[in-house]
Amino acid sequence: MSIELNGVTYETDEDGYLVNVDQWNKDVAVVLAKDEGVEMSDNHWEVVDFLREYYEEYKIAPMIRILTKAIGKKLGKEKGNTKYLYELYPGGPAKQACKIAGLPKPTGCV
Amino acid sequence: MAKLNFEVEELTGEIKIPAINPGATAHVKPNPSKDEHNTALGFPGGLVENWEAKAVEKMGELLGKYKSLRVFMDSCVRCGSCTDKCHYFIGTGDPNNMPVARQELMRKVYRRNFNPGGKLLGALAGAEDMSQSVMDQWNSYFHQCSQCRRCSVYCPYGIDTAEVSMAAREIMNSVGIGQKYCNEILGKVTTVGNNLGLQKAALANTLEFLEEDVEEETGHAVKFPLDVKGADVLLIAPSADFFSSPHIEGLTGYAKVFHEAGVSWTISSYASEFANFGMFIGSFDTMQTVAKRIRDAAIELGVKRIIVGECGHAWRVAYSFWHTLIGPWDFLDPKYQTPTHIAEFTLDLIQRGGLKLDKSANDERVVTFHDSCNVARASRMGDMPGGQFEIPRAVIRAVCNNFVEMDENTIREFTYCCGGGGGLLTDELMEIRVKGVSPRAQALHEVMERKGVNTMAAICAICKAQFTKVLPEYGFDMEVVASLHQLVSDAIILGGKPGV
Ligand code: SF4
Ligand code: SF4
Repeated sequence: MSIELNGVTYETDEDGYLVNVDQWNKDVAVVLAKDEGVEMSDNHWEVVDFLREYYEEYKIAPMIRILTKAIGKKLGKEKGNTKYLYELYPGGPAKQACKIAGLPKPTGCV
Repeated sequence: MAKLNFEVEELTGEIKIPAINPGATAHVKPNPSKDEHNTALGFPGGLVENWEAKAVEKMGELLGKYKSLRVFMDSCVRCGSCTDKCHYFIGTGDPNNMPVARQELMRKVYRRNFNPGGKLLGALAGAEDMSQSVMDQWNSYFHQCSQCRRCSVYCPYGIDTAEVSMAAREIMNSVGIGQKYCNEILGKVTTVGNNLGLQKAALANTLEFLEEDVEEETGHAVKFPLDVKGADVLLIAPSADFFSSPHIEGLTGYAKVFHEAGVSWTISSYASEFANFGMFIGSFDTMQTVAKRIRDAAIELGVKRIIVGECGHAWRVAYSFWHTLIGPWDFLDPKYQTPTHIAEFTLDLIQRGGLKLDKSANDERVVTFHDSCNVARASRMGDMPGGQFEIPRAVIRAVCNNFVEMDENTIREFTYCCGGGGGLLTDELMEIRVKGVSPRAQALHEVMERKGVNTMAAICAICKAQFTKVLPEYGFDMEVVASLHQLVSDAIILGGKPGV
């Protein structure tokens, strides 16, 4: 499977995750989001940006509470919780937000 | 998540036997593994030449190796007692999800090749050659069995469909038909050390975060130690405990218990996984490779004992197979039993007065308990029969004032699987995961309506991940799902007691 965008081919796996993390950019993120039924707002981007930063350093998505705490710091305490993340990404922060951020799908009992 | 393209049963609180719907979930199949996932585990990369004959040959090998498999193939009298006992049949109505029919998918090939009548009479005797269409059925329906063993409880001959489906997957892998979810994960655990692929730096960062977080919240410096040589206890937790909710809240509970007990403990970055999917694919060798990391880490760190976290199938592996796989335990302190479940450790501490608890901290909860299939039916806990049922319940009663049981046909040895066990916890199998949870969902709904239950505690990483994902499709709030040690964590008064 793949996504064609502005003359570039982005290869995806059977679940629609980008095969190459480094190929990611905001335009393809919007396409991935649309596919998930997610309309990207500034707050959506905050989550995606944090995921990318964390991945850069640790080669994995952050544990859920690290993410909620970081989002709470950026967007206000009342938004620093799992409920808010699910409002943004109903398919789950670990899977749906990671997909839009171009990260590989988390494996295991998650 | 993409919208579901199938209907979700309505919640009535009643578990109904469905109308038969042939082929209802024939289309549900796992993603095939990549060649490199298979070869890393010693299986052929792609489909081997002459695979039909090789699959039959492998079946012959397994029949020789596991006497029970031959007994299971021979002893079914078609009494029908198992037919409506599988959650996947109840959820889908697909007759191939009746345990007896699932076994029959293997039995017909068995008859054709290993039974005199079947060799002679073929189809007349219900015998069939291995073929592409048979293999398609195998790939679908042996991946719609979570190996939960519920059916075996009702079978007068104790026929265990879980073992049949493990053997089927072993045969499939041996001819190059692998399941991506299991095989990719097994590759990660045997190289990185855990199913998630969580490397040491990330694990260290996660644990530091938890230390800060707990101290911020409680004012107590509860430690989450990593790779500490000479610690007394090595904690082996499922890696989901380092990543997801409500798993993390359970890990926090273990740490608080150790803190109060005053024991020195450590997590290992090398053996940072309790789960062992080698069992799901029926591969003894893989199971051993995965488990061996735990033995090696325990020796390297010089610990006295091993305590394990909340994970159902891994408890079965540890309780029933560790000794054969990675024993003897001559390097551990013989005073302690190996393995010890964290629930046993916590209950013992509570009983000796070593934990100060404020039950009222959980007063907003009305709690019920989901018995995980592998703990309930494939292992025990503690030194009394039924300990696997009583120990977690005793812990809950010690930390909560309100505890209620679900319908008795859905708990203890009769428990229904969460629908995501046995290596099925992957997105492409979502349809059977959602449908397979239906009996548990109905039983839970019933006690929510009638008794005000708002929390279902579990002691399995797969159960917790599956429930938080699929119960919302029925309209439940995902926060009804809790870790057993999350309830403990909330009730502990830190600094309350000197350890004992
Ligand atoms: S082991 Fe569990 S999932 Fe498999 S057939 Fe029996 S009841 Fe169904
Ligand atoms: S309960 Fe046992 S003997 Fe009866 S049909 Fe099922 S597998 Fe066969």
